[in-house]
Amino acid sequence: MDSHIELTWRARFHRLGSPPAVYRLASKLLPWASALCGLCFAVGLYSGLVLAPTDYQQGESYRIIYIHVPAAWMSMFVYVVLAVSGGIGLIWRMKLAEAVARISAPVGAVYTFLALLTGSLWGKPMWGTWWIWDARLTSELILLFLYLGYMALQAAIDDRRTAARAGAVLALVGVINLPIIHYSVEWWNTLHQGPTVTKFDQPSIALSMLVPLLLMALAFQLHFLVALLARIRVEILDTERRTAWVADLLAGDPHV
Amino acid sequence: MSEFLTMGGYALFVWPAYGITALALTLTVALPLRRHRQLIRERRAMAVQRNRETHR
Repeated sequence: MDSHIELTWRARFHRLGSPPAVYRLASKLLPWASALCGLCFAVGLYSGLVLAPTDYQQGESYRIIYIHVPAAWMSMFVYVVLAVSGGIGLIWRMKLAEAVARISAPVGAVYTFLALLTGSLWGKPMWGTWWIWDARLTSELILLFLYLGYMALQAAIDDRRTAARAGAVLALVGVINLPIIHYSVEWWNTLHQGPTVTKFDQPSIALSMLVPLLLMALAFQLHFLVALLARIRVEILDTERRTAWVADLLAGDPHV
Repeated sequence: MSEFLTMGGYALFVWPAYGITALALTLTVALPLRRHRQLIRERRAMAVQRNRETHR
């Protein structure tokens, strides 16, 4: 009896993760997630660029925070997604997890690039330099290289399953970089300012500035969701192109 | 309005940051959407072709 129950649960789980089910779910969610993401960006940008007060030390230049910090957070969050889904793929050989890891990497690389670029554009007027080799900036640059290394590995290995396993090992080893990025501003002397938001007991940021920041962070999270949904459909169509259900889909079956 | 555009003298830093971010985030989503449409169109054309050849 127990084994029977377990079997049905496993069957259900299996069906949930099956390519046609994921494809249909992604297609259904995509317009809603996109609309919500657009709305969040509209409200976040308006409150960050118009409603939020000017910083008494940094003037208007501080407004870069509303894209810099969300991009930096996402660069680390997506890396966790990459490592966890890579690990799941490594242990349980789950194709969906492998696919999530593969499509997350370029999106994470974009966030990391944006965090570095917006940081540079903020550093120039505030610190007087585009770049310094301090711990925070260097560890974030290493994160970009980890993403690029992962992507190069995927491109270099023809067999997808082998590429996924090799990439997962790289991603898991690279996790060591995340605490280094986070604590770099405390462990080393740096030009980069310390944490302002994650000191939850008493964030050293005014509420009128914090709310737009959190709205923009939510907008970036939704953007990642939209990017994942859009990419997983392409990935599934590509890997499943020889199956009957994809043939039905391409023949114009309205139910797929 | 012009005050908003000049960003207190930091327009040269703030607006490129926002502009490049907007472009990058848009492309991250737009490229896979375009690829998806392309894939469906290509494969559909291939299926039609194959049908024609078998019915000849």
